[in-house]
Amino acid sequence: MNVVVCAKQIPDPAAPPALDPERHTLVRDGKLILDDSDAYGVEMGLQLAGDDGEVTLVSMAPNGEVSGLRTALAMGAAKAILVSDEALRGTDALGTAKVLAKAIERVNPDLVIAATESTDGYTGTTPVQLAELLGLPSVTFAKKVTVEGGKVRVERQTEAGYDEVECPLPCVVTVTAGVVEPRYPSFKGIMAAKSKPVEQLTVADLGLSPDEVGFGGARQEIVSVVPAEERGAGEIVTDEGDAHERIIQFLEQLKLI
Amino acid sequence: MAIDTIWVLAEQQDGAPVPTALELLTQARAMAGTVKAVTWGGGAEGLAGTLGEYGAQVVYDLGDLGGKLPGPLVAAALAERVRSGDQPDAIFVPTTYDGRDIAGRLSARLDVPVLTNVVGLVEENGELRSEHAVFGGTQIVTARFTGARPGIFVIRAKSFPAESAGGGPASVETLTVPEVGAVSAASVQQRHVEERSGPKLDEADVVVSGGRGLGAAEHYALVEELARLLHGAAGASRAIVDAGWVPYSHQVGQTGKTVKPTLYIACGISGATQHLVGMKGAKHIIAINKDPEAPIFSVADLGIVGDVHKVLPKLIEALKARS
Ligand SMILES: Cc1cc2nc3c(=O)[nH]c(=O)nc-3n(C[C@H](O)[C@H](O)[C@H](O)COP(=O)(O)OP(=O)(O)OC[C@H]3O[C@@H](n4cnc5c(N)ncnc54)[C@H](O)[C@@H]3O)c2cc1C
Ligand SMILES: Cc1cc2nc3c(=O)[nH]c(=O)nc-3n(C[C@H](O)[C@H](O)[C@H](O)COP(=O)(O)OP(=O)(O)OC[C@H]3O[C@@H](n4cnc5c(N)ncnc54)[C@H](O)[C@@H]3O)c2cc1C
Repeated sequence: MNVVVCAKQIPDPAAPPALDPERHTLVRDGKLILDDSDAYGVEMGLQLAGDDGEVTLVSMAPNGEVSGLRTALAMGAAKAILVSDEALRGTDALGTAKVLAKAIERVNPDLVIAATESTDGYTGTTPVQLAELLGLPSVTFAKKVTVEGGKVRVERQTEAGYDEVECPLPCVVTVTAGVVEPRYPSFKGIMAAKSKPVEQLTVADLGLSPDEVGFGGARQEIVSVVPAEERGAGEIVTDEGDAHERIIQFLEQLKLI
Repeated sequence: MAIDTIWVLAEQQDGAPVPTALELLTQARAMAGTVKAVTWGGGAEGLAGTLGEYGAQVVYDLGDLGGKLPGPLVAAALAERVRSGDQPDAIFVPTTYDGRDIAGRLSARLDVPVLTNVVGLVEENGELRSEHAVFGGTQIVTARFTGARPGIFVIRAKSFPAESAGGGPASVETLTVPEVGAVSAASVQQRHVEERSGPKLDEADVVVSGGRGLGAAEHYALVEELARLLHGAAGASRAIVDAGWVPYSHQVGQTGKTVKPTLYIACGISGATQHLVGMKGAKHIIAINKDPEAPIFSVADLGIVGDVHKVLPKLIEALKARS
């Protein structure tokens, strides 16, 4: 089975994030890494593709960034498509979905995997927008995925527990963290990744018009960014064996006991 | 351009609208003259009373959808309605699993963008602007749509209070769900419901949450015991959900539940930004953590620098002695 895994490359979440002072978008100029959320998708894709299939990565990222893709290729993905173009600056979730959809159409996979939400933008809507644009069904919030007889079976998280959902291929599935344990790339994998093909495409290559993407295509804008009201730190007590008494007092003050 | 009409997606659970739907109706009726609720899953007549009470004049009902996942069908029905000329200024969608599916599909069908993770709404110059808490809630971003309406807003739980307006039941209108072909092929085979005792996590007055600092799955019993003694609900950080110690339904945070209890007690939780966004709205916060530098202390009214394995058993014992 051939699987496309959407692989977002993001600024290191450990570094303090910054917004562009003029347009208020996330600054993504430094080195980018594979979003942890997508490492689960890559692993899931590799397991489902099996020996007779392969995983193709699809990513949209600025400045021809491939560091994150190399990580996923080192895990075992066969090849990657990267869409990178100045015109994509400021693209919103729907625009991103349009770009990813055009790239995925070139591969014509049996299954598309994405994360339920990214770590940096976390709108969580891109994969479903993508599914609609591709004319595919989708199952979101998968915590377990198996494929059998041309159908995918998913345990889908719900408010109350989970649903067993069945869906014919091809389709889009979004996976949650913990769906599978991502492998660490082996040394051999890292070496092999260096020579795996990464096809680089522009907006024009995809047949999209520049005004469907970028700031213009977004049709939404940030009007202001202000610091949130701070929640001041309160009293700090170091436990000397009697801290529970202070908690009891606090509960009494709140009339909870 | 004024705001005349708002549609609110009123997802249901256990035969009642989810709390966020009532919060959104409350907010919608303060911003628009005409408020319509959208329901699916059957039993619309039974929901119309509550929906009317919270501000809906009309309920658009899509019927039971025959076990299909609602996303593509609800989106297609609403898109058709909008294209036929019945156009709201905004559509409010609760941040739920199905809500996000519907919003994404509807956005692609209508070719309009979505603003997600909304935590506040304001009206300015006759248009809606949404507020988003970013970077762990340290910054508030205000955003607006610049293109054609309707604006689709996916709004987080507990962003607004739910207040009854005391109105009568809404009138129910049935909308036909168009045939959409392959996109709606995903169907639910079976539902699994987890056992729960005590109040719901997102409705409880007291929430006691545990994190990786508990050390092992069996120590979560301390958290549950404390929650029980305080008539509260037990929550968790994602770290211990991913580790399989507790089911996902306990998770508090960006990808879990948003809670706004009177008191939140964080036990062995570091206070990562993604956790903080789900609980910072609590009226009071107590944190127990052995690391004095843990970020959770920056939001705690009472911070206990100590070992959960020492503090919790004593606290539980003291509470038991009082009851
Ligand atoms: C704080 C913040 C708030 C934002 N709010 C909004 C908003 O309300 N509405 C809006 O339209 N945009 C918003 N954006 C912009 C949005 O994040 C970007 O448009 C982004 O390109 C796509 O959305 P996402 O990261 O939120 O994706 P999500 O929908 O959260 O991503 C889910 C999954 O889709 C796949 N995916 C997403 N993007 C890519 C990619 N570039 N390459 C490969 N796979 C990908 C990945 O598997 C990813 O895990 C926001 C950005 C930030 C930083
Ligand atoms: C896209 C995305 C979404 C996420 N969504 C969520 C979410 O919804 N909810 C969420 O919670 N997280 C979420 N996370 C994960 C989050 O970033 C943190 O990894 C997680 O919250 C950490 O959980 P923790 O505090 O239990 O563990 P840790 O960060 O490991 O903290 C454990 C704490 O316990 C303390 N400790 C250790 N031993 C003891 C002891 N004996 N007594 C007292 N204290 C002790 C330590 O000092 C430490 O502070 C998300 C991450 C991403 C990338």
